[in-house]
Amino acid sequence: MLQGQQSWLFSNRPVLLATAVAGGPFEARSAIAADFDILHDDLWLGQNSFEKAEKKLLEEACLASIQKAGIQKEEIQFFFSGDLMNQIISSSFTARTLGIPYFGLFGACSCSMEGLALAAFVVNAKGAKYALTACSSHNGSVNKQYRYPTEYGAQLPPTAQWTVTGAGAAVVAAEGTGPRITGATIGRVLDLGVTDPFSMGAAMAPAAVDTILAHFRDFNVDASHYDLIATGDLGEIGHAIATDLLRRQGIEMPGNIFTDCGVIIYQDNQPVMAGGSGCACSAVVTYGHFYNRMLKGELKRILVVATGALLSPLSYQQKESIPCVAHAVALEWEGV
Amino acid sequence: MWPFFLCIFVCFMKNTMLGIAFQLEGVKMPKQQNYLPTQAEYQQLVKQYEPKRPLLKNCLRAFFAGGIICTIGQFFQWFYMTFFDFTEVTASNPTVASMIILSMLLTGLGVYDHIAQWAGAGTIVPVTGFANTITSAAIEHRSEGYVLGVGGNMFKIAGPVITFGVFAAFVVAIVRILVEKLGVI
Repeated sequence: MLQGQQSWLFSNRPVLLATAVAGGPFEARSAIAADFDILHDDLWLGQNSFEKAEKKLLEEACLASIQKAGIQKEEIQFFFSGDLMNQIISSSFTARTLGIPYFGLFGACSCSMEGLALAAFVVNAKGAKYALTACSSHNGSVNKQYRYPTEYGAQLPPTAQWTVTGAGAAVVAAEGTGPRITGATIGRVLDLGVTDPFSMGAAMAPAAVDTILAHFRDFNVDASHYDLIATGDLGEIGHAIATDLLRRQGIEMPGNIFTDCGVIIYQDNQPVMAGGSGCACSAVVTYGHFYNRMLKGELKRILVVATGALLSPLSYQQKESIPCVAHAVALEWEGV
Repeated sequence: MWPFFLCIFVCFMKNTMLGIAFQLEGVKMPKQQNYLPTQAEYQQLVKQYEPKRPLLKNCLRAFFAGGIICTIGQFFQWFYMTFFDFTEVTASNPTVASMIILSMLLTGLGVYDHIAQWAGAGTIVPVTGFANTITSAAIEHRSEGYVLGVGGNMFKIAGPVITFGVFAAFVVAIVRILVEKLGVI
């Protein structure tokens, strides 16, 4: 039900019943490698194209999460999924494999929380007993579409980010054991005129800040309400800018609470410039790392704010700036 | 005449009413509209946080990497002149071909992009960089087939260089012909 201006309060408290995350070889060396369910040592996953590899990652994550939930895929009513490919082929082709009634989403890297918010809304409103939400990205396929060929020798600036190869899937259920999805805030699209596609963190920071402020306002809470507030893929630079923008609004985010999935995913010795990015970035960190920490009891209440840069290679070449969006979902662990 | 004035009056009233309505709405639902910095202010803020490209370091690295590539080229030229029947002028063709093959091999083995991240312009400017653009695009689009994939995309990055290179050569040739016909040289 509507809470404030742009948020939903899920009074029936849908459960994040099970999650699964899959990753590629670079992610196998990441800081959160232990949180992956499936890891591949081949970037191609034995497929003959990066696009097919990404689809396979998404399929694997979806099937693994259904299996972990202990249900059959026929019991799931709806599937919400998104990715970065043109015409969201990874999601649609995965939906073809799964055969679950499907909503295709595009919110760039904000897909993870967009899908989770919608799945939770549908389950909360008794529109489904089980809903599956997932998203994926692949370093090779994303670079091929948005930037240069993988093997092209262009020097990346220090503001660039590394697209995560991976997929994350979650089963949302009306009943069961697991973290509860308590609320969601849907972001508006903001554009503060950043045109550099190698500076995504800076482009997306205002959208993240706007959604965080809207969430605090709509639910009448502040940062101390959460054990952790994580943005999706702002990277180090975007995270610093977001912290600054919030400070200008009189909100001091404690360093131990406010973090970014793109900052924590990789190790310091991995050459990722400003951090990780891509749909899978917030998905694998939330459904893998944060989910496991919630199960261990380390985190009780978290807010994940997935950020998306809604540009296309075409809009960039036509000298358009980068519109961005961010969606937030609040999770709460009640304990068993 | 009067319908015209009536029209203007009605439009005026409508806008005023709408304005009042919107204002009332604004009072009812306070929105956080104007808290964001303007685009210009934000660009300034971003500049403070974005690390600059290390220009001096990049220049030095480009100098050394480019120099090493040229030294390898020099070696090939010497090799072809010493062991084969080439002059300093004719040796340039097999030398360039060797450098291109070397660059293509390194691209195919997935090494060239890592060297380029370190070397920057040092690996882009020599002929090896040009070979890398074509090879990397060809590898990337192999999955779409030989004709539409490899054939259609091979010159995706190198294409502009060829287009403007040919055009520049054409302009220079025209200028040269004109200058020669006019008897300047």
